Amino acid sequence: MSKFKKKKSEGLPAISTASLPDIVFMLLFFFMVATVMRENSLKIQNSLPVANQVEKLDKKNPVSYIYMGKPSSGYEKFGTEARIQLNDQFASINEISSFISSERSALREELIPFLTVALKVDRKANMGIVGDVKQELRKVNALKINYTTGIGDVETNMN
Amino acid sequence: MAKRSAPEVNAGSMADIAFLLLIFFLVTTTIEKDSGINRKLPPMEEIDPPIIKQKNIFTVLLNGKDQLLVEDELMDITNLRDEAVKFLDNNGDGSCSYCFGKKDPKSSDNPEKAIISLKNERETTYAAYISVQNELVAAYNILRNRRALELGSSKGFRGMDFVQMQINYKDARFNGDKEKLKSLIDQIKLEFPQKLSEVQ
Repeated sequence: MSKFKKKKSEGLPAISTASLPDIVFMLLFFFMVATVMRENSLKIQNSLPVANQVEKLDKKNPVSYIYMGKPSSGYEKFGTEARIQLNDQFASINEISSFISSERSALREELIPFLTVALKVDRKANMGIVGDVKQELRKVNALKINYTTGIGDVETNMN
Repeated sequence: MAKRSAPEVNAGSMADIAFLLLIFFLVTTTIEKDSGINRKLPPMEEIDPPIIKQKNIFTVLLNGKDQLLVEDELMDITNLRDEAVKFLDNNGDGSCSYCFGKKDPKSSDNPEKAIISLKNERETTYAAYISVQNELVAAYNILRNRRALELGSSKGFRGMDFVQMQINYKDARFNGDKEKLKSLIDQIKLEFPQKLSEVQ
């Protein structure tokens, strides 16, 4: 009997999963750093157009979001035309002013003139509704707006 | 008494816990888009519009079928940027020392007087509107960048264009003279003021 008998191989050796937690934690930290908590759950389609002359939205100043777009699947009863969404629900055009004043009341007084309204509008929405919203914003003197867009070539907007 | 070593904690379920957390964060967060085109709306109170010469107005009309009409001519959006630059840089009355335009008497007098007027219809899609806005902002940025590169070298900001100046001004890590940078930015903004009017 030799001492150097070959061990009988029993199929493939098991892959060590000891480093699996490390990998998952790495992914976890990436997502914790790179993302922010969802502000509103959208009930509308909201694929933003792209532009390349963009500026970063200054997060030091307060930002309010107004979403516009076609109701997404499951909300077809609200029609097929673009609608406005404020916070978590559909809104009509004359609710904008009360929305802005409630946003303002939540702010410290010195920050009120710096309130920026970010318009997140679906690329397929038409300008009628956007124009109406802009008109409402002018009425309540919320004049700083930002058309939120992705970054890319404008040629891709049209298709 | 015999010394007992602490039993080892089983770390086998660590991966499961981490996965649980990971999935929670995947579901509750989004990668937010926080860039866009900043605009300032005109205030509501009506003031009598000043009388502006027709040649100082660059009319851009975007109709309900997303067709572009620039100065009464049908135009493709790819040409809009160059046309806007030509109009702003024209320097019809020769008072603008930093312009390189053709001095066409039929086009704008100087960048200070030149106004771009944008009109859209209710049926215009938002994507087309943003594309046009983007091109017009780009036209201003081209001119401002050119001016920034001219002025910057003498003020100690060599090789920095206007867009970069604005980024640097906001950047806390930028180690240059911010006061000087701010005054240079303001000067360029005055030399090429962004006069973009939207017709309701």
